Amino acid sequence: MLVLALDTATPTLVAGLARWSAGDGVTVLAERAVPSGTKHAELLTPAIEGVLADAGLAIGAVEAVVTGLGPGPFTGLRVGVVTAAALADARGIPAVGVCSLDAVGTGARTVVTDARRKETYWAAYATDGTRVEGPAVARPEELGLPGPFTGDPAFAERLGAPVTPADVTTAGLLRAAAPQLADPGSAAPLVPLYLRRPDAVPPTSIKPVTR
Amino acid sequence: MNEPIVLGFETSCDETGVGIVRGHTLLADALATSMAEHERFGGVVPEIASRAHLEAMVPTVHRALADAGIAASDVDAVAVTSGPGLTGALLVGVAAAKAYALALGKPLYGVNHLAAHVAVDELQHGPLAEPSIAMLVSGGHSSLLLVPDLAQEVQSLGRTIDDAAGEAFDKVARVLGLPFPGGPPVDRAAREGDARAIAFPRGLTGPRDAAYDFSFSGLKTAVARWVEARERAGEPVPVADVAASFQEAVADVLTAKAVRACRDHGVDHLVLGGGVAANSRLRALAEERCAAAGIVLRVPSPRLCTDNGAMVAALGSRLVAAGVAPSAPDLGADSSLPIDVVSR
Ligand SMILES: [Zn+2]
Repeated sequence: MLVLALDTATPTLVAGLARWSAGDGVTVLAERAVPSGTKHAELLTPAIEGVLADAGLAIGAVEAVVTGLGPGPFTGLRVGVVTAAALADARGIPAVGVCSLDAVGTGARTVVTDARRKETYWAAYATDGTRVEGPAVARPEELGLPGPFTGDPAFAERLGAPVTPADVTTAGLLRAAAPQLADPGSAAPLVPLYLRRPDAVPPTSIKPVTR
Repeated sequence: MNEPIVLGFETSCDETGVGIVRGHTLLADALATSMAEHERFGGVVPEIASRAHLEAMVPTVHRALADAGIAASDVDAVAVTSGPGLTGALLVGVAAAKAYALALGKPLYGVNHLAAHVAVDELQHGPLAEPSIAMLVSGGHSSLLLVPDLAQEVQSLGRTIDDAAGEAFDKVARVLGLPFPGGPPVDRAAREGDARAIAFPRGLTGPRDAAYDFSFSGLKTAVARWVEARERAGEPVPVADVAASFQEAVADVLTAKAVRACRDHGVDHLVLGGGVAANSRLRALAEERCAAAGIVLRVPSPRLCTDNGAMVAALGSRLVAAGVAPSAPDLGADSSLPIDVVSR
């Protein structure tokens, strides 16, 4: 099965093309990791066209789309999720969402990524890669997990432990998506892992305009 | 009839709009709104709007395709509001439109929301007379435009220097204890009131003021001050009279400036657009003054005045017909896209 994988949960967007089968696992054909900051919307579709060109394939050959659902900064995160949903809808192919943190690194680890506001998104994994805690958002000082840490090394000092630098990868996304790819009918709707409520405070009382 | 079918996306504020047109023919105008979720905040909360756009996107596309009776593969071009608007909200539409265009192998046009408000009238009243003057008034914008060529050239004559007209309606509604958004309830309340009961100020109408700019902040404050003085004195507030007098001040300024712009530029066609163009007094006064000045007035039906996807598809259709180049693959959103950029 030819799978297009996307993720925009971190400042480096990922687009990848891979062959996947239940028996043989993942073969990545092309991958682009683009440092995109807040320019995910501008750069994601060119990256998708780029990996299609790299692999010498047309969009019509893609049979499923896998996307990271975050957690990640909301605006960029939505770009990836809506792109995956729209591509899959237009082509009539399944769209599969996975936790983006599941696609960072392998083995026993605690993954940390930037949640802004001096906090980190995190999730903890057992040796076999199963997620055992998270995803959640916390101040790194209060995380209280031993590591080893993988992900955004900017948090090393505040975690008091080294962080092995690692990003979301196409292989990681497909690994996390395997159960749903094996049975696309089971794929849940694409709902971002926001983990935070929208910033919006209802006015407690109506203030006179003139004072 | 081989005119191209254009799929249009609008997500600049709280409406998720997906419209489909063939040439000047409206095929579908599907809309989802998060308005109810913003009500308790008294204004649109960008993050709530953006989350709602994502949830509504694919279902709204499905509704539009079903209403039009076409398949996605029948679409010849995709258009999307690229600005101005709320960045996070715009980006959901831009990303979705780019993905549909890529998946369908069709050209993509990132368009200006304001120009789309003008274009939508072509779906009801046929090709726009060019040049036209356009006045767009809503909760987000208040603009007076000269439109020599809708596909290529739109000039700004004036705009609000403070609040949008629709914002003034929202704030006055709040002062009067009427629901949000304020436009329809103020309009309804005003029907029972006397528009000459209270002489509210007409902003920027002095001889040395900018002829085509608007200001609604002073009017809003004057209404609030008037109502608060009544309340402090323990007297009842005549809600209908306040609503009618406020609405009269807004309609008076808007129509006077629009007619003056037509006269000054020798233009005999005026197009209204935006949510406030659904206001009954504004429509009536515009008709009266345009008739007196020999100006042809074009106002889309209220449903097409407010934000929707059909207006974006309508402008996309104009761009395709005019042979304008599609947008580059790195199209993004620009929250303050200038009006002279019709497409990018
Ligand atoms: Zn608008």
